[in-house]
Amino acid sequence: MTVKAWLEMAIHDAERRGLPELKPLLEALAKATAALRAAEWNADATGEFASDPAPGSPIPDPGRGPEHGR
Amino acid sequence: MAAEPQTISELSRALTSRHTTAEAVVERCLQRIAERNPTLNAFITVFDDEAREQARAADREIAAGRHRGPLHGIPISLKDLFDVRGAVTTAASRVRQAHVADRDATAVAVLREAGAVIVGKTNLHEFALGTTNEDSAFGPARHPLDASRSPGGSSGGSAAAVADGMCIASLGSDTGGSIRIPAAACGLVGLKPTYRELSTDGVVPLSPTLDHIGPICRSVEDAAIIYDTLRGGRAGTDRTRDSRPLRLAIPRHYFLATLDAQVAAGFEAACERLRESGTTLTEVSVPHAGDVAAIYLHIVLSEAAAYHATTLERRPEDYTPNVRMRLEMGRYILGEDYARALRGREVIRREVQAALTGVDGLFLPALAIPAPKIGIPTVRIGGAEEPVRNIMLRCSQAFNVSGHPAVALPCGFTTEGLPIGAQVVGAYGDTTGLLHVAGAVEAALTAPVAASEIYRGPGRSR
Repeated sequence: MTVKAWLEMAIHDAERRGLPELKPLLEALAKATAALRAAEWNADATGEFASDPAPGSPIPDPGRGPEHGR
Repeated sequence: MAAEPQTISELSRALTSRHTTAEAVVERCLQRIAERNPTLNAFITVFDDEAREQARAADREIAAGRHRGPLHGIPISLKDLFDVRGAVTTAASRVRQAHVADRDATAVAVLREAGAVIVGKTNLHEFALGTTNEDSAFGPARHPLDASRSPGGSSGGSAAAVADGMCIASLGSDTGGSIRIPAAACGLVGLKPTYRELSTDGVVPLSPTLDHIGPICRSVEDAAIIYDTLRGGRAGTDRTRDSRPLRLAIPRHYFLATLDAQVAAGFEAACERLRESGTTLTEVSVPHAGDVAAIYLHIVLSEAAAYHATTLERRPEDYTPNVRMRLEMGRYILGEDYARALRGREVIRREVQAALTGVDGLFLPALAIPAPKIGIPTVRIGGAEEPVRNIMLRCSQAFNVSGHPAVALPCGFTTEGLPIGAQVVGAYGDTTGLLHVAGAVEAALTAPVAASEIYRGPGRSR
C-alpha cells in the first residue's frame, strides 16, 4: 500500500470512528512513514539495493540485572 | 554551619558516622513534600508512615552495625510506573485507578533489600508517552525553579522531587529520553543504562524494545551507586579511572543542528572547559541520524498501541485526550513499516557503535531547549517553529533506538537561570565504563554548575 493510499484509508477510518482530530496526527505520521520508506538502507527484493544495513561487529548482549521471579 | 548532605554518598557517610539519622533525613523530605508538593505536583502518592517506619528500622540496623551499603536509610522516590506491593500503580492515568500491585517491581525489591527508604511515587506524562508532564490525570508536574515551566518528562515528577529536596534520588524510565530530558531540564544527573541491563519487570511498559529504567540524582557517583545496586553489585563500585586524558567525540551533524541559542552557547562553553582540562574533542558523524525520529516513532507507537488497544476500545474516555490520540495513531501503522523501523534500528546501532571507535564517549547536549513553558506547543529556533515534543526528543531518542548507555549531566545555565544539560554516550554494554567517563566530565564541569549550587536542598531552594 502506498503512503498516499494508506493515509486516505486511515483518515477515512478515523472519521468513521468519530475521531476526526486524528487527521493532523495521521498526516504527520504519513510524512514520517514516507521518510522511513525512502531511507537508503531499506531492503529490496531484487537484491539490487538490499545490503547489510551497516556492516560491523556484532553488538554484545550486556546481560540482565537481578531477577526476582517475575 | 555546614551544608546539609545533598547526595547519596554524602548522606551515607553522615548516617554511618551517626552525624544524622535516616529518620531525620526522611522527616526533612516529608516536610519538604508537604510544603512544596501543592505547588510542584511532583508526587502522586506519598508513603509517609511506611517511610518513617523504614527509616527507623534503618537507624536501628545501622546502630547495631548492620549497614547494608550506600543506599541504607536513603530516601528514594519512584516514577509511578513502578509496582509497589499494596499500592496503586497509576501511570498518571485514570485507566489504572483500580490497579493495586500484588508485589514490588524487581528494581523496587532490590532497592528495599539495599535498605533504601521508599518515600513515594512521582508524577509523569500519562503512561510515559510525552516529554512535558502536561498530560497527567493528576495535573502537570512543575519545575522547581519556575512553576510556569515543565520539569521535562516523562519522569518530570521524579526530577522535580530530587531537585527540590523532596528525596535524594528517584527511579525513572526512559523510552526516548524520559530520564535524561528531565534531568537536563532540572540540572540533575540522569542515567539510561545499556538496553536490557536493568530489569523492567513490574514497570508499566511504553515500548518494550525501547524502554529502560535508571536513576535521576545529583551526581554521577550517586547514579553509579544506584546502578551498581540494581545490577546486584556486579558492576563493581570502583570509580577510579586511569589518568589518560579523555577523548570525546561530538556528533555535530543532526544532533547540534537545531539547538536553542543559549543551549548551544552553554554546550560550547562546556566543550571549552573540557579542552582546558586536557580533554581531546573531535567530531564524528552518525550518518543516518536524520532517520532516527521516523524509526523511533514507528517503533514506539506500534508497541504502545499493542499494549493499549483493548483499553482504548473499552475506556477511551479514561485517557487524557492527547495521549489517547497518540496511542490511536499507533494503531494505524502497518506491519511492513514497523519492520522497516527495526531494520533502521540496526543501522543506527552500528553507526553509533562505529562513532565510538577510538574515543571514550560521545559528547552532545542532552536537551535542545531549556525547560519549556507549560502549555506551549512549539518553540522558535533559528527562525523556525519546532514542535516541543520533537525538539525535546532530538538529542536523546537515538540512544534508545541504539540501546547505548547515556548520562545527562548539568553543564551550564541560560540567562534566566535555567539549567542546560550535556550528555555522554558510552559503548554498548559498558555502562560502568560510561560512568567512569561521565565522572571525569562532571569533575571538569562541576565547579560552576553542580546541582547542589542550583538547588540548596530542603527548605533552601532559590
